[in-house]
This record gives sequence, C-alpha cells and structure tokens, in this order.
Amino acid sequence: MKRGAANASGTAMSVDAATVRKIASLARIAVTDGDVEAMVPELNNILGWIEQLSEVDTDGVAPLAAVIPNHQRLRDDVVTDGNVRDKVLANAPQAEHGFFAVPKVIE
Amino acid sequence: MSSYRIQGATGEWEVVIGLEVHAQITSKAKLFSGASATFGAEPNSNVSLVDAAMPGMLPVPNRECIRQAVKTGMALGAQINRYSRFDRKNYFYADLPQGYQISQLYHPIVGEGALIIDADEKTGIAEPKTIGIERLHVEQDAGKLMHDQHPTRSYVDLNRSGVALMEIVSKPEMRSPAEAGAYLRKLRSILRYVGSCDGNMEEGSMRADVNVSVRKPGDPFGTRTETKNVNSIRFVMATIETEANRQVDVIEAGGRIVQETRLYDPDRNETRSMRSKEDAHDYRYFPDPDLLPLELDDAFLAGCESELPELPDAKRARYATLGVPAYNAAVITADVETARWFEALVEATGKPAVEIARTASNWLISDLFGALNRLGKSIVDSPVSAAQGAELLALVADGTLSGTLGKQVFEIMLETGDGPAKIVDERGLKQTSDTGAIDAAIAEIMAANADKVAEYRGGKDKLFGFFVGQTMKAMAGKANPGVVNERLKAALD
Amino acid sequence: MADITDLGIAGLRDGFRAGEFSAREVADAFNGAVAAGRVLNAFIAETPDHAIAAAEVADRARASGELRPLSGVPLGIKDLFCTAGYQTTAASHMLEGFVPQYESTVTAQLFAAGAGMLGKLNMDQFAMGSSNETSAFGNVISPWRVAGGNAPLAPGGSSGGSSAAISARLVPAATGTDTGGSIRQPAAFTGISGIKPTYGRCSRFGIVAFASSLDQAGAMAHDVRDCAILLEAMSGFDPKDSTSLDVSVPKWESGLSSDLKGKKIGIPREYRVDGMPAEIDALWQKGIDCLRDAGAEIVEVSLPHTHHALATYYIIAPAEASSNLARYDGVRYGLRELPDGANLQDMYAATRAAGFGAEVKRRILIGTYVLSAGFYDAYYNKAQKVRALIARDFEDAFRQVDVLLTPTAPSAAFALGEKSADPLEMYLNDVFTVPASMAGLPAMSVPGGLDSRGLPLGLQIIGRPLDEQGVLNAGLAIEERAGFTARPEKWW
Ligand SMILES: [Mg+2]
Ligand SMILES: [Zn+2]
Repeated sequence: MKRGAANASGTAMSVDAATVRKIASLARIAVTDGDVEAMVPELNNILGWIEQLSEVDTDGVAPLAAVIPNHQRLRDDVVTDGNVRDKVLANAPQAEHGFFAVPKVIE
Repeated sequence: MSSYRIQGATGEWEVVIGLEVHAQITSKAKLFSGASATFGAEPNSNVSLVDAAMPGMLPVPNRECIRQAVKTGMALGAQINRYSRFDRKNYFYADLPQGYQISQLYHPIVGEGALIIDADEKTGIAEPKTIGIERLHVEQDAGKLMHDQHPTRSYVDLNRSGVALMEIVSKPEMRSPAEAGAYLRKLRSILRYVGSCDGNMEEGSMRADVNVSVRKPGDPFGTRTETKNVNSIRFVMATIETEANRQVDVIEAGGRIVQETRLYDPDRNETRSMRSKEDAHDYRYFPDPDLLPLELDDAFLAGCESELPELPDAKRARYATLGVPAYNAAVITADVETARWFEALVEATGKPAVEIARTASNWLISDLFGALNRLGKSIVDSPVSAAQGAELLALVADGTLSGTLGKQVFEIMLETGDGPAKIVDERGLKQTSDTGAIDAAIAEIMAANADKVAEYRGGKDKLFGFFVGQTMKAMAGKANPGVVNERLKAALD
Repeated sequence: MADITDLGIAGLRDGFRAGEFSAREVADAFNGAVAAGRVLNAFIAETPDHAIAAAEVADRARASGELRPLSGVPLGIKDLFCTAGYQTTAASHMLEGFVPQYESTVTAQLFAAGAGMLGKLNMDQFAMGSSNETSAFGNVISPWRVAGGNAPLAPGGSSGGSSAAISARLVPAATGTDTGGSIRQPAAFTGISGIKPTYGRCSRFGIVAFASSLDQAGAMAHDVRDCAILLEAMSGFDPKDSTSLDVSVPKWESGLSSDLKGKKIGIPREYRVDGMPAEIDALWQKGIDCLRDAGAEIVEVSLPHTHHALATYYIIAPAEASSNLARYDGVRYGLRELPDGANLQDMYAATRAAGFGAEVKRRILIGTYVLSAGFYDAYYNKAQKVRALIARDFEDAFRQVDVLLTPTAPSAAFALGEKSADPLEMYLNDVFTVPASMAGLPAMSVPGGLDSRGLPLGLQIIGRPLDEQGVLNAGLAIEERAGFTARPEKWW
C-alpha cells in the first residue's frame, strides 16, 4: 500500500504536504504553500475521524447499490435531442466557429 | 504454436499481444442522451445538454445499446452478466465534458468468451486458433479536440461525446502480428454479422489499443506497453512489429521496459511514449450514483438471442455440407454482406441449395468478384442483383447459354444493368440445340472438307477438334457444344 | 384580513380562489417583502418579473375558471435548481453569471402548477454546509435573534436562504434540497417545517448535483399542510432521472390526519447521544407526549449503526461530489481563469482554485483522496457496506414501528462564525439528520418549541420508504399539540 496506510486493521494514516499536493493535482485545484499548510491538519483531522469505520464489522455485507430498491430503466433508441448548438454554447467562456475554444493542447 | 519470432542478439524472442478494441455501437441515439449518434454533422450539433455536461443533467441508458452489447457477447460465446453496473472513470481532459467517462469496471455486462481465428498458410497461421476474450463492456466515447484551426487554441467538438462504445478486451493470447490481424478481421466480421458495429475503421468506428510485451519462449510475461487508438488492421500489425522490436532492442541493450501508454506514428512507423498523459493516471473508479444496477431478465436475454444471426463459423460449416468448396466458403462467409448476397443468389435460383451452391459460389468468386474488383465496387453496390445472377446461372444450367456465352451475357449485364433473359432475347445470344441447323452446318463443312473427312476416318482422330471448331464458327458460337459433339460423332463415325 | 405575507400556501391559494385578493396583489406583497428583507441576504437573485407574470396568468385563469393547484402562489427557489433564463449559481463564483437554457423538472412542475418565482435563494455553496456561511454571495442572516441580543445567527444550511426567507415571511414557502439534512436542519433552526421525501420521489434533473445518491429536493413552509401541498406539486416520476421512482404521487394534502390511533412511534435509543443538551432532551420528550396524546403507542427501538452514519456520510458525499464537480472546468460554462501562458491543465487548476470556496475544495479533496488508488476498498467500499448496515437498521426498526421520532439537530441555531473555524464541529450538526439520508427515507422537521434563549427547536420524523403520508401525519399531530406560534420579531 502506498502513501500511508488506510487498512482494515485501522492503522491511523497521516496525510502529509506531498499527499495534499498530489490529491489537489488529481482534483485540478491549484494550491499555494499556505493552502497546503492549512489543509494538512484539517484533512488529517477529518480523515482520522472517518477512520472509525474500520471498527465496523462488515464481513459478508454487500455494499449498498441502490438507496431505494429500484432497477435501471432503459430508454428507446430514438433521437429526441440535439440540434441545440446555441444552447450548448450559450454560456461558453470562449466559443468560436461553433466550437468551444481552449488553450492549445499539444498531444 | 506460432512460429513468429524476433531474432535478437541474445536469441529468439516471442511476442505476446492483447487487444482492447473500441467498437462504436450501431444505434440512432447516444448511450445516455437522445442526441443523434450520426457521424459527420456540423460541430456541436449532435449534442444535447446532457452530452455537454450542463449542471444537473443526468444520464439515461439507451436500451438498444445494451441489446447490441449483449448480442455481441452472445456471438462471442461469452458469459452474459445479468447484473452489471456503470462506473465513473475520472480524469480531466477537454474532450471529456463531465470530467469522467461512464464505463464499466467492476461489473461489466459481458464476461469471458472467445473467437476462432482461421488458418492462413500465407501469413503463417498453420491452423485455426482460439483467442480468449476477457470481457466486453459498454462506455461513452469522448468528444474531439482539433488543434489545427487556430494558432494558440484548440477547438472542442462534442458530437461524438456520449456515443456508445463496446470495449472488447482480448486475453494476451496472440503471438504474431498476423494473429492480431486475423483476430481483428474475425472480430469485425462477427460485429458486422450481429449488426452491432459497422466495423468501419476509417471513420473511427473501430479502434484498437495494442498491448505488446516480449519474452524468451517459455519465460513468464514481460512488462507490456499499451499503444492507444490504432485505427487500421495494417497499423495494428505494424505497431506490434515495431514495438516488439523496440522492446527487444531496449532489453538487449540492458534497459527495462516501462509500463506506459504509447502512440503509433504511421509516418515514421514507430511508437512514441505519451508521457504527457501519464502523470496522473489515477482514475478513481466508483459506481456511477446517477445510474442504478442494470439487471437483465429472461425476456430481455431471449429477445437478444432470437435476433442473433447465423454466425460466420456456423455458416461456413453449413456451406461445406452444401458442397461449397472450403476456400469459397471461407471467402464468402468472411463478410456478412457477401454471405447475404450469396444466399439470396442461391435462393433466387429456385433450386435445392445442395444442387446449385457449388456452382453459384464459383461464379460469385470468379465472375462477380472479378467484375466488382475491376469496377472498384463492393458487393452491396453490385450493378448485378442476386436475382439477375440467379437467372444467369439458370440459363447456363439449362443449356440456353454456354459457359462462354454466359460470360459474354454477364459483361453486358454489368454494362447495361439489364437482366440476362432480356439480353439473350434482344441479341439472339441463345445457345442452339436445334439438331436440324447443326446437322445442316455439319453437312456443309463435311462437303467442303472431304479430304479431312477422309483423313479423320483413316484414323487421324485429332481432326475431330477441327470439325468442332468449324461447326461452332458456322453456328456463330451459339450451338450447344454437347449437341455439336454428339451430331459430329454421328456424322463422321 | 391578515397581512397577505403572513399567509402560507393553503391560505394564499384558498383566499385567492375565494376572491379575497388577486394573484397580482399577492405577488406585489411578497415582492415588496423580498425587497424589504435584503439585509437578511436570503436571495442571490430576485425575480419579481417571474412572480408577476405568473400572477397575471393566475388572475386570468381565475377569470376563465382554469385554475391550477398553485395558481396565485409565489415561491422562493433555492439557487441549486436550474431555472431557464434565470441565473443559477449554486452560491458559487464558479457559476456566477451562468444562465441555464433548461428548467429543472421540479421547477418546471411548480411553474406548470401555476406557481411564480420570487427569486433564487441563497444557500451554502454547492449545498455544502450547515450554516449558510459557505455561500460565495455572503452569509444569510437568520431573522431570529436570541432574546435581548442582536448577534447574527445562522439560519442553518444548506437551504438557509429558504429557511430564512420563509420564517421572515419574504416568501410563503420555498424549495429546498437535502443531502444530509439541508432541509430539516435549517427548518429546525428557523421554526418552520420542511420535508425531504423518499429518495427518488422528486426528480434530480436540473438540480446542480452535490452527492447524487443522497440529493433529494423537498418542501419548506410554515406548516405541515403547506409542505404536503408543495411536495405534491414537486414530486413525480421523471424519465430523465434514472433514479426517479416510477410510482404515483399520493394526495398528501387530502390524506392529512393527526389521528395516530394504532400507530407505533419508535424512539431510537442511539440518538440519545452523550452531552445532549437537556433542552433537546426535553423537546424530544414533548414530542413523544404529543404523539402519545394523538393516540400512538411509543416503542423504544435500536438503530445500532447510527453513530457511524456521519463518518460514512463524510466518505460517500465527498467522493460523489469530487466527481460531480469535475465538470466545472472553465470550458463550457462558468468561470474561466486563464493565467498568462497557462496550458489546459493549468487553466483547470486555476479556474477551480478561484471558483470553488474553501469548504467545497475541502470536500473535493477528501473525496478525491478516498477514491484514489489503493484507498477505494478501505474507504468508499467500506462506507457503502456500513451504509447497507444503516439501511438494514431502519428496515428492522420499521418492522416494529411506523415512524421514528428524534430531535432534528443537537442544538438550536448558533451564531454566525461560531463554528465555521472547525469543519468537524460543523459536520456534527447533521448527526441526527444524516442517517435517514443514508437510507433514502422520507423525513421531516417540525417546530417543537423554543429553547431558553427563545430560539426554535425542531423535531424530526422519519418514515418508511414512500410513506410521506405517515411522516406528514405525525408531523401534523405534533404541530397541532406543540402550540408553536413563535415568529421572529421583525428587525429588518
Ligand atoms: Mg484501453
Ligand atoms: Zn475504453
């Protein structure tokens, strides 16, 4: 297991600054050094608290799949939507020639 | 066992190949929205607010897409999972409006299956080989980024965003580029039979992620690389060849293969690392809470089953029982449209299949395919219909046309689009079995060639051919050769 | 005649039908109240034009005899509901200026029923918060004050604009959404009633998502009857929401009855938490007495996994949120931050850093963390298993009893700023409301009384799946007996 241990035995894990940076990067949220410094104890506090779940015996319990018993409905294969480009682009920060524009991506 | 080996400085290397094929599901609307799944529309026009991931928009799955996936699974003899779920694969990219792709990781709709690749001496596949399928799942396609329209901006078109795909994952059981090529051809053939994907690689409706590793024969698997989105069978084979050789070179130079995503560059025929996309591959998959578990009941599965067509392997076996030569059967069944055309042809002759199938298959493969090749047309836009072909076959079979006349009439059919009976009628191309006319011609020829008659009767048997030729000439090619033979023999002997 | 703005939905509807006032008079009165109440900051946007237009339609409908269920009734709409042509922000800078080109199913149904919209109500940003202090558009200030004091109090959250506007009589009723208590807790803090129906009753289509498996729209109003009327108009099957329940909507208003003879009320012992204020305990006892007086039998029950519900919630809700909020990337709508020389991924990071508030970021990071490689089983999957156990506890309890009675929140309203420094302490506010959310059960808060400082306290009723009627009826029984008539003294 990487980056500290969140395991069944309930070992308290600890989130360090590098981990905060890593998850902030995964979540695409820019963080300053100050942000990171503030977030480390906050997240540790919260994660330490939710760690209590490791006490609960869930052997043989299936994870909840649907809150209220219900099954997935399926729709018919009919074109009922689309051709609403004006609506699609109406709130775009930058739209050109019917496209959304973003900074150039080098692939 | 495949004999394909890479000769390295340290000996022979075996190549291990697995393919993940993304096949666009044939449907009118998208997987989770009612926008059209049609290819080639104006930018952002086949896009609903769901596809654009507007706040509060929710997915509702398209039944037809699920049916197509299940039918495809059945065609691959695969385990159909009555319980499956959609999961979110989270990552950020401009072609992915939701910030996640709805896919299936934990509970795919289709489990293990297999397909058989056919033997092919030319490419070194000595005998048919079964390639295992690991799983098949349903997921959304992404949109498209365009980089060449503006110097500093990329443009986003979401027309493909949300189009339904099947991802079909093979086991790492292929051992040569040829096997991979055969696997893709067979898979495409099956998809087209089922009607679940048009198999059109040029338009991107089938793409392959190519997993390649090398090892010394008998060793455990080596580290693999994944070359993404290769869009033709030829390029897949080239990817394997070039990537396997690269890996051998790296290892033999003392290096290690890194598990990574690569890109195939057809212009340079090489693969390149896509490190730019590598840094954050932590997809944080979890079940999509906007969707419920997909539970398929007996009626749904029975409905899918009932729509399954006869598949290529089964067809091939049945054709063999009708006397169709193995080679013909293989060629005809490889493509569903050809097989359909062939069966329509046999049907239209009105004869028992067992009587006519062999002749029909020969005609289709030599005459029709030859003509289509020349014209650069595929069987679906053949200028000659199956009914017309059957008519032609019947005219040859009943002796109205000789083989030569049949070919002549076929050429005219191709040019004019007319049916053979009409052509024969209008142009008087009918073969004659009229013994009176033939006897008269023979008498005339014998009179004019009394010397040759004498020679023949004196034992020069070879001259018989001369008399046949003369008679046919006199009959302008329309005499039934059998009758000519018979009457000549009677007159001369 | 009473002041129009003192009336709730039933009073307005019936008075309008009886010709006591026109819909236009109603709209004008409430538009005036909204304008006069700006100091409460309950609205992100006022939409008087919408309310007036609906009123004019209602007045014509009355003339032509084509009245609809909510004709003549204007409402406040939480700014989490997308409203076509009207800015919808989820109280975030991220969506400032975002004008949806579509209508949420719930608001579409309300407008089709004849209701007008007075404005878009302030709330905790992306519905994440319990005090309305996470809004990018400023805190909502509760109209309530501690007796003899003037410190601004929290109206609860996340539907705090809704609760404040109703209790200050700026709107007769409002929509709310509830993910872990966001209707019930603010209702309790402001002395109004609020019901979160069974998960799947109200369509989520067009509601800005926070945690999809928990989010439910619901009704907030002065009393139980108004909640029943409003919820009836909001509910119903929607083919555009895969989790919508394909069941008919009962006539809750006409089914109202406070006669609880033959009913069994469960008192879950695990809700008697350590350090619970005596006033909350006393309130609970008062609720028990009311229900017994209404003919019900009181039964103690056990919900053994209750004390893990909150931690479970703080895994599942952030995990879902981290994914649901990934779409706010500055490409198709909303804020875009593009620093000089930024590439696409830089743009995302800058946009999301600037657009999301601190609490939203905190939850996205927690959610990202618990779903990240190697942690899925230990956190998310584990939490979904505990959630299954929580749901099973309720099932077991509902084999013995018809509804459950608990306090709504562990305290009365606190002062703005009092808890905002410690996220965990803030989260503890939802300790009584979260379990029912985890199980998707209908639950409501009704006012039970005042604490010693003169602040309202709420009682929560939790029902079986789809038994909103049972919940409403028990709520009505308390309402009729608790004698709660307090209202905030007008200081704005
Ligand atoms: Mg792949
Ligand atoms: Zn895929």
